This record gives sequence, structure tokens and C-alpha cells, in this order.
Amino acid sequence: MMSRNHPPEHPDIGRLKERALNLRRLMLNMASGKGEGYIAQGLGIADCLAALYFHELRYDPDAPDWKDRDRFVLSTGHYAIAMYAVLAEAGYLPVTELASYGLNGSSLPMSTFDDTPGVEMVGGSLGHGLGQSVGMAIGLRLDGSPARVFNELSDGELQEGSTWEAAMGAATFKLDSLVAIIDCNGIQADGPVTVMIDPVADKFTAFGWEAVEIDGNDMQALVTALANARTPNGKPKAIVLRTIPGKGVPTLERRDRAHFVRVANDEWDELKAELEIHHG
Amino acid sequence: MADATETLTGRTRGMGELIDVAGKTTEVAPFGTSLAALAKERPEIVGLTADMGRYSDILPFRDAFPDRFFNVGMAEQDLIMIAAGLSKVGKIAYCTTYSVFITRRAYDFVAIACAHSKANVKIFAGMPGLVNGYGATHQATEDLNMMRGIADLTIIDPCDATELKQVVRAVADIPGTVYVRNLRGKVPVELSDDYRFELGKAKVLREGSGVGIISCGYMSMRARDAANIAAAQGIDAAVLHVGTIKPFDRDGVLAFARRFDRLIVAENHKTTGGLASLVVEALYDAGLVKPLIKIGLVDSFFECGSQEYLEAKYEVDLPRFVRAIVDNR
Repeated sequence: MMSRNHPPEHPDIGRLKERALNLRRLMLNMASGKGEGYIAQGLGIADCLAALYFHELRYDPDAPDWKDRDRFVLSTGHYAIAMYAVLAEAGYLPVTELASYGLNGSSLPMSTFDDTPGVEMVGGSLGHGLGQSVGMAIGLRLDGSPARVFNELSDGELQEGSTWEAAMGAATFKLDSLVAIIDCNGIQADGPVTVMIDPVADKFTAFGWEAVEIDGNDMQALVTALANARTPNGKPKAIVLRTIPGKGVPTLERRDRAHFVRVANDEWDELKAELEIHHG
Repeated sequence: MADATETLTGRTRGMGELIDVAGKTTEVAPFGTSLAALAKERPEIVGLTADMGRYSDILPFRDAFPDRFFNVGMAEQDLIMIAAGLSKVGKIAYCTTYSVFITRRAYDFVAIACAHSKANVKIFAGMPGLVNGYGATHQATEDLNMMRGIADLTIIDPCDATELKQVVRAVADIPGTVYVRNLRGKVPVELSDDYRFELGKAKVLREGSGVGIISCGYMSMRARDAANIAAAQGIDAAVLHVGTIKPFDRDGVLAFARRFDRLIVAENHKTTGGLASLVVEALYDAGLVKPLIKIGLVDSFFECGSQEYLEAKYEVDLPRFVRAIVDNR
């Protein structure tokens, strides 16, 4: 099927950066006028989502249930704003629908539900994604499917013990096709991440994974890490991203309390302008 | 001080086998043997356990289909997450461990990863109620109460090996997540082959006119045994078995209840939040008020001991049933 996305052999880094910029634009538009939201996380992970959806994943937006599609499992349901942006950019959702994000009765709720096309899991309760991704990877392998499973999770989520149950299982079952992408942005609901989670990559290595740590806002580093994760070696792969919450909008990058950002209504235009200037 | 063994007799026994009753026919591991048979016809069935394969009777399935069997270790949250993930790629995931570990430990995962997602996950939860004498850590005495609270979850409490085998087969075609109270080991065969499990339908197992007993799980068998004893003493009791706790057969229970001047509700569970609560709610909503005796467990944590000892101590044994039927107390 022609519309199915296949990663090109050579990444076009400049084009991927443009995609990431467009995701940030879409997110600011979604947040605009709402006064508050999880915009900082979305801006932080935009580069990774651009690399995934426009260089790495195989999928067909016209057939969201294509059985051999690569799965992207968003574990942090509150990153919904980023998910909808990339689903719109990838062709799963009409861009016009994004305006309804977070509104009463919208099909794009504040936290992800699995009935939105392209969303694989009910998000919101943390510590669910990795285990469900393990199950998907086992099942796809049983069927001989080439599909891979990419699970985004966050540093705060590593405090949930269920994540480590899943990490042990993934290594035990030698899930080559599983890639965990851990967004370490250093923030959680009460402020900076409180419980010691570092060294994250070493922990996954000790649990039997192949793990690497990169600058999650460096496009070249992202595509390289994703390419390396294709190597079959009998181990699940972990890519630890160090990201900056609010990335691309300096005012938001400087915020101390970035987990749930509150913005005055007249501030959105300034933030959008900052994104364009900063990028330029 | 006297040697404690001079006065105490009996002891806690192994993991969740029903007590032997003289004269009862039993079948070994009806869950695992019927799952293995079903899986021959249904290649999409996979089996999972969390280090409780031996004690949940799933080993016949493992032996028949080692490539479709996964032991995730002592990680019940992972068990349920993996099952949900498997269902999302087209599998029917039968999972086993003890009921307490599913309910108390992995509740959020059953609710959100499974029920909310309508995941095709069939949970066969071992050692419901007082089936085990290993103490409160292993006795699921509030599981019906907990699981009732989850939307879009089917809950089944089979009464014997015959029904359990039918349930193993039936749940493969029941959409979404199903929680079954599994009976293991040598499970009594009480129902005849013409019994048919139907989702959401209570079944009259014994006709009578003196008193109506509404029961679930293996307490339905005890109710029938007690009714037979009581009949010799001149009181004829009817037994309605509520095999499906959710969806609850409200109409069937009300129709049955209307026929009697007094009722008994019996369950292998606390009398709070389980079958008794469901029945009382249904009766009250219908404006039907009848004298009603609840047989079940008190709101407590329970000690270790033999099943006979515990059932007598906490008054869910055969004499308790006979007293309720004959003496109305």
C-alpha cells in the first residue's frame, strides 16, 4: 500500500526538524486560549515523535488497524496533546479536529483513550505502558509479524514498580522488537523528580536490556539511536532521552513549575512568536 | 505449660484444593484440561501465570502448548498488562494466579488495562473465599465486592467441575474481560451433563417449596446437600444457583424470591458487597421485602487452619445450612 510509511534509508535531518517545529506549532495552537495544560512535556518530546513517525515507524493512517503496523504505545496519557499533534501530522486525524482538544465532548480528551485512531492504549494511569507493550511484542512474535513495539514512558513513571516488573519480563522473553523510549525531563507533578531514578540507562542494562542515553532534543542523535535499536541481539532496547520541558519556547523552558503549565490567555501569541523566532 | 499439640488437632493443608467429601465424584484439574482441549480448536488462545501454574491447574495447557504459555514470575501487575497487550494483537489471554493477587494487587490493571479497553482477557482466579486455610493473605474473601465495582467486567462463580469446564469454553466467546473464581485440584462433579451454563442466567438446581436458597460458587453444592438433609426432616428447600455475579440475573432472582415466604442467601465470600448485597439491593428496588438469612463470612481477616475447622468456626459449613433451612435461624 503506497500510503504506508516506510523509513527512508537516509534520514533527512532538516526535514525532520521541520516536522518537529510543525508539531510544536500544532501543540501551541491546541493549548492556545485554554490557559493551562501539559504543553511543556509535549514540546519536550516533539523531536522524538517527529523522528519516530517520519523516519522510523511503519504504519498506514488510512488503515489504523493494519495488523502488521508498528505500535507506538504512549504510556503517559497526559502527553495527549503531543500525541494528537503527531497523529494529525501523520494523517490519522484532520488538523481541524485538533481545535477540539480537551473540550467537553471532544474525541480528543485531555488524557488518551484507545478509541482515538492511532492511539493504542488508555493512558493516564502510569506504569501501564511497558507491560502492555511486552504483551503486544510477544503476541506479534507468535504470529510471525515483522511489527515492532515502541513504548514511550517517562522518568517519573519509573517510580511505578509495575514498570520494573515489565522490564524484567521483556528481557526474560528476549523481546528484540521492543523499544522503550524513556522521556527524562526531570519534572513530575510536585516539581523536580524526587525519588532517585538515575542512572536510568544502567538500570535497564542491569535488567538485561540494551540501553543508550542521548540528548532527546538532538535530531541526529535520535535517528541514530533508533537505527541502532533495529539490531537484533536478543534484547529489548531502551533509549533514554534527556529532554528539556518547553523546548523551543524559551519562556517555557525557563519555568520552574513546568509539569502543568498555566499561561495567561494573552500570553499564547507571545509564546507562538517565540517559537518562530527561536527556531529561526 | 501443656504441650499445645495435646489439645489441638487438624492443620492447614495445601494450596486451595477443595475438601474431600465422602461419596462425591471428583475430577482433577477441570480448568487446565478443558483449556488444553479448547486451545486445540482456538489457536488464538494463550495461557499465562504469575508463578502459580502448579496451583492454578494450568499445567495441562502448558504441557500441550508450551509455545503459547508464559510464566511471568511473581509479578501480577505484569501478568495483567501482558495479557492486555496480547489481547490487543488478537489473542485470547487466559491468566491464572490466586484471586487475592489479582484483586488486591493488580486492581488498577484489571480496571484500566483490561476492562476499560474491553481487552479479551480471561482471569481464572484461584482460591476464592475460604477454599484455602492459609490465612488472610491467601483468602479472597472480598473479591466479589471489589470486582463488582469495575464497569464492563464479567464475573463468574462456578459451582462444580461440570460448570467450570463449560465456563472455560464459554468465556472464549464472551467479549471483553472476564473474572472467574477458579476451583482447583479434585473438584466435585455434581451437576449432570445436561446442565448448561448461560451467561447472566441463574439456574434452579433443586426444586422445593419451604424456603428459597440463592447461592453462588461451590456454596450452591453445599446448599443442595443441606436441602437433601433438611428434606428428610420435613422442610423442602429450593436452590437457585447464581453462576454469573455480573451481569446479575435480577429478573431470575426476583422471580425465584417471589415464590417463597423466606429466603437464604449463601456465598463463599463476606456477606458484605457480594451476592447477599446484590440480592438485597434487587429485592429492595423491587419493593419485595422477605425474611432473609445470610450465610457467608463475617467482615474479618481469617486465621490459618484446615478448611473444615475454618468453615465450622466461621459458620459456613453444612450444619449451618441445615440449621438455617430447618430452624429458620
